[in-house]
Formats: sequence, C-alpha cells, structure tokens
Amino acid sequence: MAEHQDHAAAHATEDHKPHGWRRWVYATNHKDIGTMYLIFACTMFFIGGGAAMLIRAELFKPGLQFFDPQFFNSLTTMHALIMIFGAIMPAWTGLANWMVPMQVGAPDMALPRLNNFSFWILPFAFTLLISSFFVPGGAPAGGWTMYPPLVLQTGASFPMLIFSVHLMGASSILGAINVVVTIMNMRAPGMTLLRMPLFVWTWLITAYLLIAVMPVLAGAVTMLLTDHFFGTTFFTAAGGGDPVMFQHIFWFFGHPEVYILILPAFGIVSEIIPTFSRKPLFGYETMVYAVASIAFLSFIVWAHHMFTVGMPLAAQLFFMLSTMLIAVPTGVKVFNWTATMWKGSLSFEPPMLFALAFLFLFTIGGFSGLMLAMVPADYQYQDTYFVVAHFHYVLVPGAIFGIMAGVYYWLPKWTGKMYDLKLATVHFWLSAIFVNVLFFPQHFLGLAGMPRRIPDYAVQFTDWNEVSSIGGFVFGAAQLMFPYIIIKCVRAGEPIGNRAWEGAHGLEWELPSPPPYHSWTTPPSDAVIARGAAH
Amino acid sequence: MTIRKTLARLALTAAVGALTLPARAEESGWAQLNMPKGVTDISRKIYALHMEIFWICVAIGVVVFGAMIWSLISFRKSKGAIADTTMVHNTQVEVVWTVIPVIILIAMAVPAARTLVEIEDTSRTGLNIKVTGFQWGWEYEYLDEGVTYFSHLDRASDAARELGSGIDPTTVPFYLWNVDHPLVVPNGVKVRLLITGADVIHSWWVKDLGVKKDAIPGFVNEAWFKVDDGWTGLLRGNCAELCGRDHGFMPIVVDVRSKADFDTWLKNTAAARKQASAPTPPATPSATPAGAPAAAPAASAAASG
Repeated sequence: MAEHQDHAAAHATEDHKPHGWRRWVYATNHKDIGTMYLIFACTMFFIGGGAAMLIRAELFKPGLQFFDPQFFNSLTTMHALIMIFGAIMPAWTGLANWMVPMQVGAPDMALPRLNNFSFWILPFAFTLLISSFFVPGGAPAGGWTMYPPLVLQTGASFPMLIFSVHLMGASSILGAINVVVTIMNMRAPGMTLLRMPLFVWTWLITAYLLIAVMPVLAGAVTMLLTDHFFGTTFFTAAGGGDPVMFQHIFWFFGHPEVYILILPAFGIVSEIIPTFSRKPLFGYETMVYAVASIAFLSFIVWAHHMFTVGMPLAAQLFFMLSTMLIAVPTGVKVFNWTATMWKGSLSFEPPMLFALAFLFLFTIGGFSGLMLAMVPADYQYQDTYFVVAHFHYVLVPGAIFGIMAGVYYWLPKWTGKMYDLKLATVHFWLSAIFVNVLFFPQHFLGLAGMPRRIPDYAVQFTDWNEVSSIGGFVFGAAQLMFPYIIIKCVRAGEPIGNRAWEGAHGLEWELPSPPPYHSWTTPPSDAVIARGAAH
Repeated sequence: MTIRKTLARLALTAAVGALTLPARAEESGWAQLNMPKGVTDISRKIYALHMEIFWICVAIGVVVFGAMIWSLISFRKSKGAIADTTMVHNTQVEVVWTVIPVIILIAMAVPAARTLVEIEDTSRTGLNIKVTGFQWGWEYEYLDEGVTYFSHLDRASDAARELGSGIDPTTVPFYLWNVDHPLVVPNGVKVRLLITGADVIHSWWVKDLGVKKDAIPGFVNEAWFKVDDGWTGLLRGNCAELCGRDHGFMPIVVDVRSKADFDTWLKNTAAARKQASAPTPPATPSATPAGAPAAAPAASAAASG
C-alpha cells in the first residue's frame, strides 16, 4: 500500500497536463472534466433557480404583477429544461467522471477524448437554448414536454429548442457510453461486478437507460422539426397524424428519464448511510436487483403521465398496475436503508444530513406517486399543483439533495481539505426546512383545484401560494451558501487524510486526498479491493 | 423562566388562532386543503378512493418514519451506540417486506379498477353535449337540439387580469372562475360530453364532477357525469392542459338546474337562436330566465361564426 502511494505520488509530478486555458479546453483528464461538469451544473442550477424565483414572485399574489403570460410560460418551460438537462444530468455525469474511475480502480475514464467532446457540447447547447429568450416570439413556452400542436406555435426559438435538445441528447449518450465502457473494461482485477460500490452500479444502469431512451427523444423532436418546417404531419390529425402519439413517444423517453435523474442519488445515499452508520449496507445484492427492477419497470409505465388523453380501459388498467408495482422495489430500497441505520452507530455530518432528508422526503414523493398511480384519483390530480408538488419532492430533496450529499461527501477527497462543517449544517437545515415550506403547500393547492402552468389564479389560492413563495425565496437564497462553502474549502480548508470520514469504505478512500492526477496508475491489490468492498 | 412564559404565550396564541380559524375559513384559502367531495356519485367514489390511499400512505409512513426516527434517536454514536457490523442481510425479513407491499397494492388496485370501469361506461346517456376547447375558451353544442354557444372568461375578470390593470382581484367576484355563458345542464340526468380541441390540446376539468378529459384536435373523447337529483347551483373548473398564452384564463362554469328549468332554458334558447338567424329582426328578449345565455350567446356565435 505504502509502496503504491509512493508510486502514485511520483506519477503525480509527471502528469504532463497542459496549463492555462488549454488544460480545460483540451481536457482529457476525468477529474478536470468532472470539475467542469460540476461547475457547469451549478451555474445552470442558479440560472434555472433564477427562473423559479421569478415564477414564485409572479405567483405570490393573484393578478399579473410582473410578466406577460407568454413570458411566464417561457419561464416554466425553460426552468424545467435547464434544471433537468443542464443542472441534474450534468451534475451526475460530473460525479461519475470524478468517482467511477477512482471507485473501480482505474486511472481514468475509458474514452477521454469522447469525454472532452461530451462535455464541450453542453455550453453550446445551453447558449443556444438560453439565447432563445432574445429572439422574436421569445423563448419556448409550450412546456418542457413539447406537446404538439402547441409547441408548433413556438416562434423563432423553435429550431433552437429542437437543436439544443439534440445536442443535450448527444452529450448524454456520449457520456453514458463512456461510463458503460469504463465500468465494463477498466475495473481493476478482482473488482467483480458484485463488489462494485452502489454508486457505480446505479450509474451503470442509468447509463443503459440513457443509451436506450435519448435516441427516442431525438426521434420525437426531429419529427416535430419536420412537422414544422417540411410539411410532414406526424402529429397533425388533419394530415393523418396523431398528437397523442407524440405523448406516447415522449413519455417512453420521459419516464426512464425520471429514473435517470434519481438512480445515481440512490447510489450516493447507499454509500453515505453505511459510512455514517459505521455499518455495512443492509442487503447489498437486493439493492442492486431493486435498482435493476426499477429500471426495467420504468420502460412499461410511461402512459401514467397521460391518463386523461382517453386511452382504452385495458391500457389504463395496465399502466396503473405496472406503476403501482414500482412501489415494491422502491420500498425495498427504503427499508434496506432504514435497516442499515438500525443498530448502527450514527453521526450527523452534512452528507448524512442530506442523505437522511433524501430518505424522508423522497419517501413522501413516493407516497404521492402511489396516489397518482390510481387512475380515477389521477383524473383529479392530473395537471394540478399536486403533480408539481409530487415531482418536486422527488427531484429537489431527491435528486438535488442527492447531488449535494455526494458533493459534501467527496469534496474533502477531491480537494484534500475539509470544508466548514458548521456552515454546511446551516445550509442543510435552511434547505431541508424551506424545501417543505416551498413544496408541501402545493399539495393543498392542487387538491383544492389549482391547475399547474398558470401565471395567475383564483383568489382562494392566495394564502398557500404566498407560503410557497416565501419558502421558495428562502430556499433559493440558502443555496448561495453551497458554492460559497465549496470555494471557501478549496481556498482555505483544513488539510485532511486519505479517509475523510471515519466509517468510509471504498477504493476512493484508499487514494491520497487530493488523489493523484491519474487516479489508479497501478491497479489496487485484491486486499485493498476487499477492504473497500466491505459493503 | 422567560422562555417558558414565551412558550406558554405562543401556545395560547396558537390555540386561539386554531379556534378562530374555522370562522374565517369560509372566505380564506387556508382551509382549502383537500379534494372536494363533489356532487356526483363518481366524484364521491374518487374522493373515497383518494382518502383511502391517503390513509394507507399515512399508515405506511407512520411505520417507516417511525423506524427511521427510532434509529436516529437510539443508535447515535454520541450516545455510545456501537454498530452491529454483522447485520448485513436477512432473507426472511426481506421477503416479508417485499410481500406485504404487494398485498397492500392489490388491496388498493381493486377499488381503483372498479371505479375506473364505472367511469368508462358511457352508455345509456340522456343528453349529449359536444365540448370544443379553443384558444382560449370553450364551445358547447347541444347535439340533439341544435343549440351552440361560446363560453369565455367574464369581462370583470378579463379586465382585472391585464398586466398592471390596477384592479384588485379580490374585488372581482369569482376572479378567473367566472364565464359569460356557463354550460347549462340538468341534474339527475346522465350527461355525456364529447370533447375535442379546435387548435391545440386543452383539458376540460370540473373537479366537483370528477371529470377531466383532454380536448385533442382530431379526436373526440368521451366523458360523462350525473349530478345528484335535486342539486342545483354553479360548479367551477379550469382548462387543465397548457394551451398557450391564456391557458390560465379559460375557466369552465357549469350551471346545474332542475330538469324542468333546464328544459325551459333549452327550449327558449333554441327558439331565440332560430329567431336570431331568421331574416326578420329579432323580437325583444322577454322570457329568458335571469342570467341565462339565451339570445346573447346565439348572437355572439353568429358574430364570431
């Protein structure tokens, strides 16, 4: 071990990396690219969050105070596209870039130049998308789901929307291919599939989902493009097409997509809870199989997003039952995490706090998901704020808290320094409290009859909208602490040893902090792998 | 001591607040926390299903969150808890917590499926109305009687909703939930709606009827409702599918009348319509029931058609 570290340290001085801007533009190193992905995701998180703040400001009171309804629709559309494709997905790819090679005992990602390409597509894709605010007709306002015929009414920004979605999809597919190839080919000898950490497992499954569904999205938006410009009528009934067909195709992509957004969070939580419970993960293999079953089921539930389009009874029953079935493997995961804490020795550092908030609040999102699966009840919930509350519960305290938990967990490893734990704890409490103030009242609003995607509402919805907006403003402001804590850590954190957390297991903790530029230049020995894989 | 006093005062304020809350709940939104039961058999069945699932989720939540909170309290390192690192797997327990959810799910699926089958039964209807969503309003056509009219956001709301209108929405009666010409239906009759869209997809939703169905151009969707015998009044709803700029401004109002009142209204409206379209100048409107969209909708339909 010591011998190995010396070796790695010797290599660190001869990593031949270019300096200055070339290091980033020509980057092929998994850590540099991972860092760029994470900075990009964080930037998009604040741009998308800015849109959310404007939305909550307009909804603070009934009546239109600030925006034209069309611009409001642009805000909701862009908020969703930026958060999904710009913040959450690149954040996961960034974490995969940083962690997968370190966790499987590899020196780097398998395809470094592809890695560079898949990252550098993103700034162009989002410059194209966001600049659509400034073209005639304004930014896309037909919702991120891009349902025709409405989306075909988009002005000059329509082709910008389609091409930026194409670019995002291409970037995701390339990133996913890289992850799959790295995991399949670059594992150290002795790192068998069932020894892999759950973050690697969940990312492997996520990557397959990406490769399977991103081309479907690309196909759907290409058909929109030809409907708009080349006279085809794929989705126009007057020409023999079918607007509902778009919804089927879109959600065949869209439902696996929601698991693309959440599965890596399952992986991170499965690493953090054992670490801070000082106890191996309960039911490691069941956890892997549960993720695989969720991924499989995600392909056969898509039409639960569209129960009100008028499907045959048999189809509605099928999609209701298959959707309910997802609760089983998801329940298994929640029970296993709880069992991991049971008879553990728990401590509550920031990563654990975020993981625990994930556990509680994701479960609430799961409950509302179960309610939404019931078709007759869904007729009342569909397209109301109840749905908005549901998916924000699984995406904000779900995916976003998962990302923050992961960053707070691995930041000491990346930088070799410990961040301000007190400040991060304050960040946690502000986030955890106000995310509920923000989203919980939206359940009430939806049940009482407030539709989603409206800039103005009937006056009886005022009270809970005010509460929700106040929650939103405090939650949004609290997020500014996140980059501040990270920058402060990079600049002036206390140096930390290899194993930043007492109970941490896994190959990444066997490397020095910060790790050498090329992570594992010689594969870790079987003993080191076995010690790390003590699930 | 002071802290205790403050807490006591806070508790007192909260208690007084809770007692006075129901009094002002009528006009405030604080008390609007749940789905309404509605005025049809189906809407009450949906409500019952919703509550059943809700309480099952609460029960599961109590058990799961209870176990989590118990672990958080009793297995703390700061309290000297030592981890049992041998506890990594237990097939029996894992089978149990896989099978129990399956049983709960089946128990939930059965009533849901039963209600769904009932909702999908659009046979034996007494009145057929074609509903067309357009940007941004609704068109209602009584298919067998030849009565057609448009329904838009009412003028008071429309004036107040303009950006910077200076009109306080709270002063507008039923702000954004009022229309010029409501859909008039009889109670105690199974009314079938044939729903379609003229331009983009809309969705016709009245929560008290338990009906939400997309209005899709090129497709005709079916839905039905039967308001309780004897119930009369106004029901309010919205378009529920994003349909462009004024998606938030195309409400739905359903005016439920007794069968006799409805028949009179329909006869008068059909007659007024015939007069309006006749070459001779229309007679002065006389016997139309108060507020009923009799001559006006026909005129507006003629004007925009």
